[in-house]
Amino acid sequence: MGPIEFYMSPDVTLSDKLLEIFYVANGIVALYTAWKNLRDEGNEHRVGSALFWGILGFLFIMGRWLPSALTGALVIVMVVPAVLKRVTPGTNDAPTEREMEGNFHAIGMKIFIPALCIGVFALAFALFTPVSSLVGIGVGVLAAALIMHLYSKKNTPTVFLNDARRMLDAVGPVSLLPILLAALGSVFTAAGVGEVISGIVSSVIPEGNMIVGIIVYGIGMAVFTMVMGNAFAAITVMTVGVGAPFVLALGADPVVVGSIALTCGYCGTLCTPMAANFNMVPVAILDMKDNNGVIKKQIPIALVMLAVQIVYMIVLA
Amino acid sequence: MEYITLIGIVILVVGFALKLDSILVIMVAAVATALAGGLNPMEFLETLGNSFVSNRSIPIFIIVMVVTGSLERNGLKQAAAALMQKAKSACAGMVVGLYGIFRLVFAAFNVSFGGVAGFVRPIVMPMAQAAAKNRAGKLTEAYLENIKGMASGMENVAWFFGQMLFVGTSGALLVQGTLADLGYQTELIDLMLVQVPIAITATVLTIALYLLLDRAYAKQAAASPDPDVFEEGDE
Repeated sequence: MGPIEFYMSPDVTLSDKLLEIFYVANGIVALYTAWKNLRDEGNEHRVGSALFWGILGFLFIMGRWLPSALTGALVIVMVVPAVLKRVTPGTNDAPTEREMEGNFHAIGMKIFIPALCIGVFALAFALFTPVSSLVGIGVGVLAAALIMHLYSKKNTPTVFLNDARRMLDAVGPVSLLPILLAALGSVFTAAGVGEVISGIVSSVIPEGNMIVGIIVYGIGMAVFTMVMGNAFAAITVMTVGVGAPFVLALGADPVVVGSIALTCGYCGTLCTPMAANFNMVPVAILDMKDNNGVIKKQIPIALVMLAVQIVYMIVLA
Repeated sequence: MEYITLIGIVILVVGFALKLDSILVIMVAAVATALAGGLNPMEFLETLGNSFVSNRSIPIFIIVMVVTGSLERNGLKQAAAALMQKAKSACAGMVVGLYGIFRLVFAAFNVSFGGVAGFVRPIVMPMAQAAAKNRAGKLTEAYLENIKGMASGMENVAWFFGQMLFVGTSGALLVQGTLADLGYQTELIDLMLVQVPIAITATVLTIALYLLLDRAYAKQAAASPDPDVFEEGDE
């Protein structure tokens, strides 16, 4: 089905059509970031940065209509400049303390209204419409931008786009880790990794016992996260290897088990120096004497919450 | 030797643990798994492409950035600081706990004010220090260190569990995508709702623990012979 038939077809739901438009909007922001970086002489790696954000934008917009092997090849081309450290932030006009103070005096507490827009619309779409809550996020962004424009005529589309580019430059390619991990999970599934792990695990834990499966899944998430420092990396491996064959295959509710397994992983994040952004960087920012000063305050909470969540999964699943 | 298909997991774990370039580690793990699992290059590219396209929901933070940067520009952090400072707190534990509730509520709307660097250090810590000094009479080095640890701990707990309350947070999208690959369809709103009791429990538990700890730390500080950290200077 081509793009025109897709949007005309009565068989495609309104939600799916709107979602595709929403992806196009995301793609346009990524393309804008690519274009600005390409023309930015202050960017050390103009071409690499433009290539990365440009392919990402192209895949957002065209991904649905391309043969998947071509998309896969483009994903690989896209990450090459990232791996070679050729994706760098360009020059930008970050707001100064003075500008932010000045705007706060002009706008005041009303700034919370656009700030809360995205969450409110996402929730409202999920609860009251048949349309995806992701479309709600898009509408929320639009509403927030309009409200900010009403507050101050200085907030023009260019300002929004340039600020978006500044934020994307700041987060950089690492922000794509979750989608790349999801892709890795698909490769694991296609290569039969799940069957191999379940073969190993079934020789250790009894098959067909959901409670044991949940305990292994929950604790495994926390331990794997502690080792890798990243719960997102842990969830792809653990779900393919343990969650699916030992818990979900026995008829457990995927909503409860999938969602709570991730937060079991977060308990691991609270306990590990590997999660440097959360546990080590604050030590430096706050000039603490004890390198483990943050982790020590989190371990009791992580242990109790891990236990609470495992019981919660057993009861609800 | 079917165990060879696990090579990707080994690469992923070792690569992340050694803090190698994460994107490189993921790509090498994917290629190695495909080779070991007998996927031919076309099948590999198709798997990668299909997954990327069907998971385009995950990097939608891109569109959100359209307003994130401009909200900052228009004084959101200053407004958050003003709101926080309206509350009068009797002790450091209460300041930290109040920040936890504040952080949790806004995390549920995907709103952040700058974390430890942008908000805890410039806004929360001065409030907590003033409250601590009021209660204990003086702020010793050890007490200050404990307050810093609790403020960071509160930040992490409230943010981790709080962001799961936002419909469409990247963690939930990743879970949804991973489950879909395995043949289980889930709705984002359900993935969020199941987290509500967990987020509340985690936040309440942390606040309770830190209030108790703070009481003990304040007593220790009052009884300690150590000097007040802020009296050494020009005061």
